[in-house]
Amino acid sequence: MSTELSGAEITVRCLQKEGVDYLFGYPGGAVLYIYDELFKQDKVKHVLVRHEQAAVHAADGYARSSNKVGVALVTSGPGVTNAVTGIATAYMDSIPLVIISGQVPTHAIGLDAFQEVDTVGITRPCVKHNFLVKDIAELATTIKKAFYIASTGRPGPVLVDIPKDVSQQKTAFVYPESVSMRSYNPVTKGHSGQIKKAVQLILGAKRPMIYTGGGIILSDAASRLTDLVRMLGFPCTNTLMGLGGYPATDKQFVGMLGMHGTYEANMAMQHCDVLVAIGARFDDRVIGNPKHFFNQDRKIVHIDIDPSSISKRVKVDVPIVGSVPDVLDELIKLLKVSREKPDQTAIDAWWTQIDLWRARDCLKYDRASPIIKPQMVIESLYEATRGNAFITSDVGQHQMWAAQFYKFDMPRRWINSGGLGTMGFGLPAAMGVQFANPKGAVACVTGEASIQMCIQELSTCKQYNLPLKIVNLNNRYMGMVRQWQEYFHGNRYAESYMDALPDFVKLAESYGHVGMKIEQPGDVEGALKEAFKLKDRLVFMDFITDQTENVFPMVPGGKGLSEMILV
Amino acid sequence: MRHIISLLMENEAGALSRVAGLFSSRGYNIESLTVAATEDATLSRMTLVTAGSDDVVEQITKQLNKLIEVVKVVDLSDGDHIERELMLIKVRAVSKDREEIKRMADIFRGRIIDVTDKSYTIELTGTGSKLDAFLGAIERSAILETVRTGASGIGRGERILKV
Repeated sequence: MSTELSGAEITVRCLQKEGVDYLFGYPGGAVLYIYDELFKQDKVKHVLVRHEQAAVHAADGYARSSNKVGVALVTSGPGVTNAVTGIATAYMDSIPLVIISGQVPTHAIGLDAFQEVDTVGITRPCVKHNFLVKDIAELATTIKKAFYIASTGRPGPVLVDIPKDVSQQKTAFVYPESVSMRSYNPVTKGHSGQIKKAVQLILGAKRPMIYTGGGIILSDAASRLTDLVRMLGFPCTNTLMGLGGYPATDKQFVGMLGMHGTYEANMAMQHCDVLVAIGARFDDRVIGNPKHFFNQDRKIVHIDIDPSSISKRVKVDVPIVGSVPDVLDELIKLLKVSREKPDQTAIDAWWTQIDLWRARDCLKYDRASPIIKPQMVIESLYEATRGNAFITSDVGQHQMWAAQFYKFDMPRRWINSGGLGTMGFGLPAAMGVQFANPKGAVACVTGEASIQMCIQELSTCKQYNLPLKIVNLNNRYMGMVRQWQEYFHGNRYAESYMDALPDFVKLAESYGHVGMKIEQPGDVEGALKEAFKLKDRLVFMDFITDQTENVFPMVPGGKGLSEMILV
Repeated sequence: MRHIISLLMENEAGALSRVAGLFSSRGYNIESLTVAATEDATLSRMTLVTAGSDDVVEQITKQLNKLIEVVKVVDLSDGDHIERELMLIKVRAVSKDREEIKRMADIFRGRIIDVTDKSYTIELTGTGSKLDAFLGAIERSAILETVRTGASGIGRGERILKV
């Protein structure tokens, strides 16, 4: 007879079996048995954050930068409610996470016990799936299912809620090699007839456009995409979530599209005759007003693993449900053997048009400004890191500038909260990125408003010696809110200024880090160089930037893609 | 347009709340919902009546399919199907009304399943519109209480929803 293990030990053994090396968490009453088991082993290393939101963001940053499942552990009640923002962030961006939460003992569930919340109920709308394990016999299989569901199909966070008595009871431990679920069978192969139709449309295109999103990154299909785009000679744009899917320094890349996309990307999107959308979902920030989008006639091919993403906001002509790498392989194979070739004269004319749009130089800014321009900081960051860093960001103007001005040539280097738009994401996500990439240079581009939403994590960074570089674009405003107030609310800056700011240099120092304040444009490059030379220290760079700078181009809410406000 | 959607799902705690939660979080209409275990106790069968444009109903079926515990979804309105609803209705039945209500129940093929000296309780099954018609045929002030199950549906002939 095999020896019996406690639920807590089974939980930890399952994590070991899944190859989990880092676990981000915060202890509490309902997870004490699990922490006790973590203490007795050293395969799964626990990272103690300072707030549960940060545990989930860190697991998320870990997952985004590594293509492994990120794992977080939180206690019941407030542990879970604090984690919800992190879970929703991961859900909106389809990030594979497993969140293990403690729950009050089964006999106390429903009795308003201390630190009890209905975890499964609270998280249900923002997880791919969740489980409450009431029977220890189900524990190992449930954890196996959680990892399986999180990482297959369209990925997403899965939560496993474990009551305290279940973590204490004992049973024999058997970890299933695999699981199969009759109700969950994600597709892989795309429909070959549909792929053939897509090939016909692509070959017949006169003004083609390839538009790709986070699906390329999540499915590790960047190199296939690059092959396809180069083979066809078509222009390519990436969404905010898709940056790095196609090399940004390549001439066929027309920049990011959408609300703050480039003029050329948005114009090409609006005026193309064949649009190939891959792993993208025609989000409201991407195509603007869908009615305006359809003022122009075009055929759309849409490749996505999630059938519900197709024809959700935009009707498409050739839907292909399947895993992006599989479908791209098939597509490339068919294009290679096809005797037909794209109409080169038409494509050349299309590029001439795109180059005219490009000549509009929509990202220009005042480089001679006596006040530091935020765009210039990002450009210097790009130079200082030679484009090789992992860049996380918070949410707002700084996020858009980072997306516009840091040229991502590789996938999984740009880590941001695209769907939910979570301020406070950047710093904890950067911690996760650094754990997943201990040798990588990791910078967090943030603002003085966002950084304060998870500033407590500077303490975690000290404990684990994470040499992050924090690039704080400090304009003393919630910049994006201020920008909208300037344009749409008659310059009434309601509560969007940041008063009573801390001295970030002293704050960084009090946490045991290096702080720098940079006030002159001439000092930007030097500060960044110096910071990156400090390879084993976290450096907080507080850049005092132009308060009036806005993000351009800008598609106002409810407007069409080609109705941009330009500089 | 009205659609009647049938689905099979794992008979597990919380599965129903996932479906109900999906409808409320995405703002879909829900006219009625019935659910019970099938002959295979691991599965529940649900019938949902909803209304929406074709695009919305397409999204509803896709989103339902996406729920991890949902095994199969079929829009019964896509083909021939039968639907039935059960209503229990308690009516005041005194003196000469007793005979009249009994006759009305017979016409609608209802059955009187409980009798007191002042009331009848009638069981009636049929489509929703038949139940509505019965309610219309009885004097409003005589109705003491009604309870309806919402529609259950099944495909005609060879149309079978099974794992």
